[in-house]
Amino acid sequence: MSRWQIPALGKAGPWVQTAVLRPELGSLVAAVLLLMFFSIASSGAMLEIPTLARVLDTAWPYGIIAVAVGLLMISGEFDLSTGVMVGTAGALLGVMATEWGMNLWLALLLSLLICLALGLWNGVLVVWTGLPSFVITLGTFFGLRGANVALSKYFTGDALIENIDDAAGYDSLHAIVATVFGTAPSDFRISLLWWGGFTLIATWILWRTKIGNWIFATGGDREAARAVGVPVNGTKIGLFMLTAGAAWFVGVSNAVRYTSVQAGQGVGAEFFYIIAAVVGGCAMSGGRGSAIGPAIGALIWGIAFVGIPHAGWNSDWRWAFYGVLLLLATLINHIVGERVRTARSG
Amino acid sequence: MTTDQSTQSASDSASAPTEGADVPVLEVRGLGRQFGSVQALQDVNVSLRAGEVTCVVGDNGAGKSVFIKMLCGLIRPSEGEILLDGVATEFSSPRQARAQGIVAVYQDLALAPMMSLWRNFFMGGEPVKGWWIFQRFDVGYAKEAMQRELEKLGVNLGDPDRAAHTLSGGERQGLAIARAMYYGARVLILDEPTSALGVRQSGAVLRLIRRAAQRGTAVVLVTPKPQHAFWVGDRFLVFQRGRLVEDRRSETLTLESLSYLMAGGGEVDELETAIATA
Repeated sequence: MSRWQIPALGKAGPWVQTAVLRPELGSLVAAVLLLMFFSIASSGAMLEIPTLARVLDTAWPYGIIAVAVGLLMISGEFDLSTGVMVGTAGALLGVMATEWGMNLWLALLLSLLICLALGLWNGVLVVWTGLPSFVITLGTFFGLRGANVALSKYFTGDALIENIDDAAGYDSLHAIVATVFGTAPSDFRISLLWWGGFTLIATWILWRTKIGNWIFATGGDREAARAVGVPVNGTKIGLFMLTAGAAWFVGVSNAVRYTSVQAGQGVGAEFFYIIAAVVGGCAMSGGRGSAIGPAIGALIWGIAFVGIPHAGWNSDWRWAFYGVLLLLATLINHIVGERVRTARSG
Repeated sequence: MTTDQSTQSASDSASAPTEGADVPVLEVRGLGRQFGSVQALQDVNVSLRAGEVTCVVGDNGAGKSVFIKMLCGLIRPSEGEILLDGVATEFSSPRQARAQGIVAVYQDLALAPMMSLWRNFFMGGEPVKGWWIFQRFDVGYAKEAMQRELEKLGVNLGDPDRAAHTLSGGERQGLAIARAMYYGARVLILDEPTSALGVRQSGAVLRLIRRAAQRGTAVVLVTPKPQHAFWVGDRFLVFQRGRLVEDRRSETLTLESLSYLMAGGGEVDELETAIATA
């Protein structure tokens, strides 16, 4: 065992217990502290309504997908294809509506089915092959990254699909996924309500349903869960479909909001969802986490994204900031996990 | 029921053969298992009765783990048959055996460390209430039912919201045994439940095993420790080289004679003569 060991911090104390039962607490404290910090650094500009509106508008797409990615992580798996799936969903909707003249609502339904099928593909492959989901979904990531651009060029002659607002059904769909409340720059999108609602439902599923217990059990001890009759494979496949569905929602929302789709969009964002989930207290090894935590993790990204330029710093520091945050959160998660492990064997 | 006293008892004994100790809960006849050319176990005939603790003892490789694995459906027998309530049955998986009331509790207790006690207790068998998409985990009932089951066995684990990793080894056994009892275990198979425990915790777990038996469960206990077996056991099955060599009731044994049997019994004598004549 040449592995680096976390120095002993004494016997597992009440703080470990709290960290296990309320994993999102750390991220909540971090979000509040960061908001205070950037408020001071920006001489109060951070707390003005237009700034907060920008924070939320930055955070919501990450938030919706991070919540799904968080649930998947609790079950012990990863999904690297979520970012590019946003582009897939948007491109599908765009091609169907602008090139094939389809009603947007029909295009919405068909693109959902295709995205869910891709999630099913990820899940079934992970369960059947037993390979790490990291590898399987990385394959899907590259496959979709190529297909998104190639297919949109094939159908539209360009990687940019435009004029989605000309399609039938645009107004009604816009009302549901992209309505604006308030006037710029103090404007808030209806997407925030979707984000909040999705987080609440996910929290409810996780803590108050049978399926939630299966998610924790699958990631907590897969063999134990299987031994007592938990449908471990079904739970995982369902969660891969959930992450794909979340990506679809963000993809089509953006397509309708901006009326155009860059087929290459979303690439690289998959890491932000994973970081948001980890910062929100979901354990990379599974078995521990919450749905509200990843939502807060995405909010932290929003605060940093808007706060750093407001504080007068070069906005390139955003990336470095997020890297440090990921490392800190992972370290804290690891220490908690280590405490749990040693308390178990002792 | 307003039936006449005599017909009542007559019909009882006819329709519910498990009532008396006459028909065993679980019986094996000529049970055996081969792995390739190796005969791991052969010709075992045993009947397990409700309310009894049957201790399975023997050396490593004597066949006792193959025996219990066949009872709980993890390994299929290659010879002989298993009778549940007098009817021949076959278990193709532990899950199927569990559905029929034969539950095994292993050393690694099938608990997820970071889940709360009640979540662990109901893992895979969550009680639900509500309708359609509003169907939800009945948390109130879960906590209450778990506490009730634990109380019946005299186990106090404190706050049901504790994470399972905070339990001691003995408490973990208590939770696992209570869970098995809750799901209606008629035959409870325990694989070395006290092997990793200190004296006090072992005592608590042994008391728990007694109480489970008093509630009418047939308990099968595998343990390498004669003191533990002697204190809790009604019956002792001694395995040697893939055969059941002794089937003794506790009245016929002292701790010394049990220790002698568990240490290999006749093998010890054989070994002594072998050394003496060498």
